[in-house]
Amino acid sequence: MTIWLHILAIALLASLGGALWRVWRGPSQADRMMAAQLIGTGGVAVLMVLAALQDWTLLAVAFALATLAALAAVGFVKSESPDGAGDPEEAPPATELRGTVQDRTRNG
Amino acid sequence: MSLVLDIALCALILGVGLATVAGHGVFRAVIFFITYGLLLAIGWARLGAYDVALAEAAISAGLTGVLLLAAHGRLRRLSAAEEAPLRRNLPAALIATGVALALGWAWFALPDPAAPDLTAALPQSGVGNPVTAVLLNFRAWDTLLEAIILLAALIGLWMLARDRAWNEPLGLQYHARAGGVMASFGRVLPPIGLIFGVYLVWAGAETTGGAFQGGTVLAAVCLVSLMAGVLPAPRIAQTAWRAALVFGPGVFLLSGVAGAIFAQGFLALPPALAKPAIVTIEAALTLSIAVTLVLLVIGPPDDGGQDA
Amino acid sequence: MADIATYLLTGLGLVFFIAGTVGLIRFPDQFSRLHALTKGDNLGLGFIALGVAFQTDTWAQVAMLVLIWGLALLAAGTVAPLVARAALTESRKP
Repeated sequence: MTIWLHILAIALLASLGGALWRVWRGPSQADRMMAAQLIGTGGVAVLMVLAALQDWTLLAVAFALATLAALAAVGFVKSESPDGAGDPEEAPPATELRGTVQDRTRNG
Repeated sequence: MSLVLDIALCALILGVGLATVAGHGVFRAVIFFITYGLLLAIGWARLGAYDVALAEAAISAGLTGVLLLAAHGRLRRLSAAEEAPLRRNLPAALIATGVALALGWAWFALPDPAAPDLTAALPQSGVGNPVTAVLLNFRAWDTLLEAIILLAALIGLWMLARDRAWNEPLGLQYHARAGGVMASFGRVLPPIGLIFGVYLVWAGAETTGGAFQGGTVLAAVCLVSLMAGVLPAPRIAQTAWRAALVFGPGVFLLSGVAGAIFAQGFLALPPALAKPAIVTIEAALTLSIAVTLVLLVIGPPDDGGQDA
Repeated sequence: MADIATYLLTGLGLVFFIAGTVGLIRFPDQFSRLHALTKGDNLGLGFIALGVAFQTDTWAQVAMLVLIWGLALLAAGTVAPLVARAALTESRKP
C-alpha cells in the first residue's frame, strides 16, 4: 500500500506539471487562472494521499486549501471587472453573451 | 520510492520558481507565484512541518493571491503595467542570486545547531503541540513583537492615504449582482471558514493549528464576504475595528505584565496556569491577526481620485 | 479487502485527474478547457477521497475527507461560471 500511495502522489504531481504548461502557455488570462485552479485541486488530492502516507493531521492542511480554493479566482474576476471591484455577472446582458458564444463557435 | 516523490516535488518547486521570475508578463508571474505557494505547502508537509504547511497553504491560497491579483488589476487600470527592460531587472536578479548563494553557503558552513530537547520541557509549557509551546511560552517575546509588527505594518499602510480620504471606507468599494454566484458564495463560505478557523486555534494547543493559521483562515473568509459585497467596507474611524486590532497584542502585553508581577518575570507563565493563559492569548491574538490581515489586504482608504 | 478498494478507487481518481490535465492541454478553446478540468478533476478528487477513506483509522477522518471534497465542489462550482463569464467579457474587448 505504501508503494502504491507513493506512485499515486508522484503521478498526481506529474499531472500538475502538465497543468503548469498551460499556465506558461496561456494564451488568455482565464486559461492561466483555471490551470491554477486545477493545480489547487490536485494539491488537495496530493495532501490527501500524503495524509494516508504520513500523518492524518495533514487533512487539516488539505481542508484549508479546499476552503480557500476559490479565493484567488474570485480575486481574479474582481480585478478583471472595469472598476476592479465588480462581478462579471453584473455588466453584460445575457442575450448579448449568448450571441458571442454562437459567433465564436461558428468562426471555429 | 519516497526519494522519487521528493525529487519530483523539488523539481516542480524549482521549475515554478524559475518560471515565476524568468517569464514575461506580470499576470503569468502572479499565477506561477500562487502555484509556488501551494507546492511549498506540500513540501513543508513532506518535511513533517505540518504547522508551517498549514500557514503556507492558508496565506498563499487565501491572501497573497488575492493581494497580487488586485495589485495587477490596479496597475492595469492605471496603465502602469508595462514591463521593465532587461537591463533594469539585471541588477535585481544579480542581487537576489547573491543573497540566495550567501544563504546557501551559510547553511552549509554553519555547524549543526545544538537545539535543546523540547520533550523534557514540553510538560512545563501547558500545551502538547511543541510549535505552540515555543511560540506562546518559551519564545513568547518573539511572538509578541511579531503581533506588534503586523500592527505597525498596517499603520504604515494607512499613512499612504491622503488626508481628505481619511474618513472614506477602506479599499475598493466591492459590489456583486444580488443573488448571483459570487454573492451566494460570500454567504455560504464564511460560516464554514469561521468554524474551521476557530477549530484550528482550539486544536492548535495539542495538534496542528494555532493563532496565525486560524487567523489567516478567518481573514480569508472575511475577505470573501467583503469582495462579495455582503459585508460593508470598514472605516478607520470605526471603534470596533480599532479595538479588534489592538485586542490581541493588548491581552498579550497584559499577561506579560501579570507574569512580571505574579510569576518569575515578564511573559513568564506558571505551569499550572499555562494552558488557560495560552488559549486565552491565542484566542485574542487570532481576532487581531485576522482583522489586521484583512485590513492589510484591502488597503488604505481611497477617495477614487487619481494618483499624483 | 479495504486495500483492494483503495487501489481501485484511487486508480480511477488518478485516471480522471490525468483526463482533466490532458483536456486542459489539448482542448481547442478556453471554454472547453474550463469544462474539462472542472468536471474531470473534481470527480478525480472524489474518487481519491473515497479510496483514501478506506485507509482511515477513525470516522472523524472519513467525515473530514467528505467535507474536503464538498468544499472543493463548492469552490469549483463558484469559480467555473465566474471565470467563464470574465473570459467572455475579456474576449469581447476590442
